[in-house]
Amino acid sequence: MEVSASSDERRLTLYLRGELDHHGARGLIRRAEQEIDTSLPLQLALDLSGITFMDSSGIAVVMRCRQRMRELGGTVTLCHVPAQPRKVFDASGISKLVAIE
Amino acid sequence: MKRTENYVKIEFLSRSTNEGFARIAAAGFAAQLDPTLDELGDIKTAVSEAVTNAIVHAYPDELGRILLKLRITEGGVLEMTVRDWGRGIENVEQARQPLYTTGGAERSGMGFTIMESFMDRLSVKSLPGKGTTVTMRKRIATRANGRR
Ligand SMILES: Nc1ncnc2c1ncn2[C@@H]1O[C@H](COP(=O)(O)OP(=O)(O)OP(=O)(O)O)[C@@H](O)[C@H]1O
Ligand SMILES: [Mg+2]
Repeated sequence: MEVSASSDERRLTLYLRGELDHHGARGLIRRAEQEIDTSLPLQLALDLSGITFMDSSGIAVVMRCRQRMRELGGTVTLCHVPAQPRKVFDASGISKLVAIE
Repeated sequence: MKRTENYVKIEFLSRSTNEGFARIAAAGFAAQLDPTLDELGDIKTAVSEAVTNAIVHAYPDELGRILLKLRITEGGVLEMTVRDWGRGIENVEQARQPLYTTGGAERSGMGFTIMESFMDRLSVKSLPGKGTTVTMRKRIATRANGRR
């Protein structure tokens, strides 16, 4: 998995690319938390346009980001979610907890 | 038991890099049923959940063996069985509940829920200390049957 970040105003965007499974997600939560703690955003956007596969490992990543953002008084948005991850989010009920653009 | 039309068995070590391999194997085998892209996504997601569970939960501190059986039975039903000889599950009914996890913050407790919602049937058999067998079935209707 590859992660890159861009930040403007108080919005941090993390671009995730590759296969977001247990293997690919190793270290991802820590990386995301580091980026959040560095730029202290009010809004975190996870751009999933480059995700070629996602399973429940992705749900844990989103939930951890949501938790950290709540502690900062901010929100999480998922953008450009491909069909397969979208179905996983819908099945897990996460679509009710996090905004999907 | 329904008549077997084709099957493969693949045994591999519980290394996380084999999660991606198991998905490709399942999708490749299922291709003969001519599934839609959407169905292929469901198949990959479900097998990924079951194999990841064997890697993460069955063998938490060791490498162990995992058997993936893929079978097609009459009527275009894909059956996927993931078997391990690891730690096993004390209470299967509880483990299948949404959000139940023993995996800490890295896991969400949604694996079985996802397998259930992406497949037509899910059965989980487990014996503590002996291992776990997860069997999933999904009917892939053929285009000739006028499904789409
Ligand atoms: N093959 C297995 N061997 C031993 N325990 C298992 C196995 N599969 C599942 N479990 C137990 O069942 C629980 C629920 O599994 P499930 O896949 O639903 O959630 P999870 O793996 O904890 O989290 P997620 O799948 O969302 O990452 C696990 O936390 C674990 O305790
Ligand atoms: Mg799981």
